[in-house]
Amino acid sequence: MLKTFKIGGVHPPENKLSSGEKIQILPVPEQVIIPLGQHIGAPATPVVQKGDSVKAGQLIATATGFVSANIHSSVSGTVVAVDNVTDAAGLSKPAITIKVEGDEWEEGIDRSVKPDHNITLSREEIVKAISAAGIVGMGGATFPTQVKLSPPPGSKAEILIINGVECEPYLTADHRIMLEKAEEIIVGVQILMKAIDVKRAVIGIENNKRDAIEKLKNLTAKTLGVEVCPLKVRYPQGGEKQLIKATTGRSVPSGALPIAVGAVVQNAGTALAVYEAVMKHKPLIERVVTITGKSVKKPGNYLCRIGTPISKLIEAAGGLPGDTAKIIGGGPMMGRAMVNPDSPILKGTSGVLILNEKEGTRKPSRNCIRCSKCVSACPMGLEPYLLMTLAGHNMLEEMETEKIMDCIECGSCSFTCPANRPLLDYIRLGKARTGAMIRNRKK
Amino acid sequence: MNTIVITIISLCAIGVASAIILYFVARKFKVEEDPRIDTVEGLLPGANCGGCGYPGCRGLAEAAVKSENMEGIFCPVGGSEVMNKVAVALGREVAVQAPRIAVVRCNGSCANRPRTSTYDGARSCAVEHSLYIGDTACAFGCLGCGDCVAACPFDAIHMNRESGLPEVDESKCVACGACVKACPRNIIELRNKGPKDRRVFVSCVNKDKGAVARKACSAACIGCMKCAKECPFEAITVENNLAYIDYTKCRLCRKCVAVCPTGAIHEVNFPERKTAPAPKTQAAKAQEAHTAPKTPAAPVKEEAQETPEVKKAAETPALSVEKETTAEATEKTPAPEPENTSTEKGGIESNI
Repeated sequence: MLKTFKIGGVHPPENKLSSGEKIQILPVPEQVIIPLGQHIGAPATPVVQKGDSVKAGQLIATATGFVSANIHSSVSGTVVAVDNVTDAAGLSKPAITIKVEGDEWEEGIDRSVKPDHNITLSREEIVKAISAAGIVGMGGATFPTQVKLSPPPGSKAEILIINGVECEPYLTADHRIMLEKAEEIIVGVQILMKAIDVKRAVIGIENNKRDAIEKLKNLTAKTLGVEVCPLKVRYPQGGEKQLIKATTGRSVPSGALPIAVGAVVQNAGTALAVYEAVMKHKPLIERVVTITGKSVKKPGNYLCRIGTPISKLIEAAGGLPGDTAKIIGGGPMMGRAMVNPDSPILKGTSGVLILNEKEGTRKPSRNCIRCSKCVSACPMGLEPYLLMTLAGHNMLEEMETEKIMDCIECGSCSFTCPANRPLLDYIRLGKARTGAMIRNRKK
Repeated sequence: MNTIVITIISLCAIGVASAIILYFVARKFKVEEDPRIDTVEGLLPGANCGGCGYPGCRGLAEAAVKSENMEGIFCPVGGSEVMNKVAVALGREVAVQAPRIAVVRCNGSCANRPRTSTYDGARSCAVEHSLYIGDTACAFGCLGCGDCVAACPFDAIHMNRESGLPEVDESKCVACGACVKACPRNIIELRNKGPKDRRVFVSCVNKDKGAVARKACSAACIGCMKCAKECPFEAITVENNLAYIDYTKCRLCRKCVAVCPTGAIHEVNFPERKTAPAPKTQAAKAQEAHTAPKTPAAPVKEEAQETPEVKKAAETPALSVEKETTAEATEKTPAPEPENTSTEKGGIESNI
């Protein structure tokens, strides 16, 4: 009997079309756009100006405050603009645009592929190196990693959980790195264990990635304290609270952080980035992105420089199919449709999904039939139908009482609704407004 | 027979006893309330819309009775007429407040603002606004899902299917401000209704730089400052690439309307300009048709639906710069547009 979380959850068609495709390197584009706000928290402050020449790996924007992250140039070339650029949603956001000239890397970055096992740095040095490298959560939430590694005073981590679940349908980026960069990930896990001073780490992987489970099990057999935990396939197992429940059986209370039950969760991609930052001195300037979709000619996994236009990735996969209805940044459950395919790949872009007309169009919404399927599907034990109504009427206090802030926006409710009601659309709106009300109250 | 009599007598006795108890309870727990509150409430329209800022008409009545000088207390639904009655009832003086009306400050109709994407989510402006720029390239303009229509308690605002924009019914709007609160993009503003319902306002809220705004919408305010320079009363300010007409200073001379190169400034309910040449009257008609309910398909109305650039070109044919912008607009209108585009193109050519 495989482990999983207890409340709610759905099982959408997996559609992992690109799981057998090896990671390929996407050629460096002619120009990259590197937005300053690629993470949760304050956007970074630029330290370069128009006309400056930069090398790959050079710091171009520094973290603004504690919850923020450094940003590095992913290419070598000349800064052509530090100005607002249209993002994936069509809105103007500050970014640094760099014209690519050659491919010169910052000195000190070790680009050899030989895995390095010898962790020499101390705890503080590791956190410092991670912070300097601008590493954020690679699963999509993009929470600055050094913040997670600095637990608030009075709390102590007991267990490190590595998220190799990749529960989103279609996406295979984490699957591929766990297969191809397994040794590096294990070293990354050990670095993270040292950083938060824990003796035990669990790597949670869903059972649809048997090859990755096998590979990591063989590698961890001789590594003290690291174990692989195969999990039953169930969405949204990659949610932090769901994964903690599935792997350890502990429940994170409403409104609390995982550290309240002694857990720290990091993505497998983050573990790889941590390895590269600490052992190879390489900042977070490239990541593996899945490009997939039923009509896509060559679905695949590409190692892309941050800031590469998504249109280049689509080109590499055989161009935009004729029956494209939507281009989604991320997976089909939590990803967002984009209006600008020239927007860049960000630190949190785990995949680009191209939906055809059949899959990509919403069916007309009908009245709620009170079937309560959304209630049984909600992994946080909320009542989505009620939250949607409250959000529609902008009843902020009531939404707060109904724990709208616990919503992880996984979309299980919208997925399961037989009347095709746009539950998550309204809940997201209500959550944003309720959150604003709570923040104003604290002021 | 006997049972019936006993029942009636005992019921009457219980009734009398209860009445006596209730009488004393009512005396004992009587709440002293100013009788004037009821009087004032009776004078108010009873719409309970909350437009005054108080919780319903009774709330306003209580506040009016309590307040010394009626400052800040005004019923937008009843207007000055009702407030005068209230003032008389309370023996006080009320400050006269000009009647106001909701004004939609966006002219990004389907013809003026090409659609760049198709929105497939929940039909709510608030949701659409929270997700992305919207289905056009303008990050400030109307989203067209009709949150304002749903919010209006007086059925005074409706979507125009042709333009995709909301229109305010002047005879029904009471300026309660429900639509202003509902609009996530702050497009709707309460402005003075003006003498004879005449108003001049900037029908755009786009704060982008001129070129960006112009690219997104042919009727956008580009912040060129022409109107601000032209205004003899210093009523127009341009901030963040956007002109704003202060309705307390505006004297309705309409000089700004004539100089605006994109036709972003609208005049409403003005009579036709008598001295103007023929095309101008058409332009004035076009402006009127903008707020008045439209009846489509009449040949005269076809001209009324022209883009504002066309009006401009017709009014000032001597200015070559404006001619250029007009030409650009015609070129840029993409081919797969709603059906009225082709007739408009014809209209533009004939006018130039």
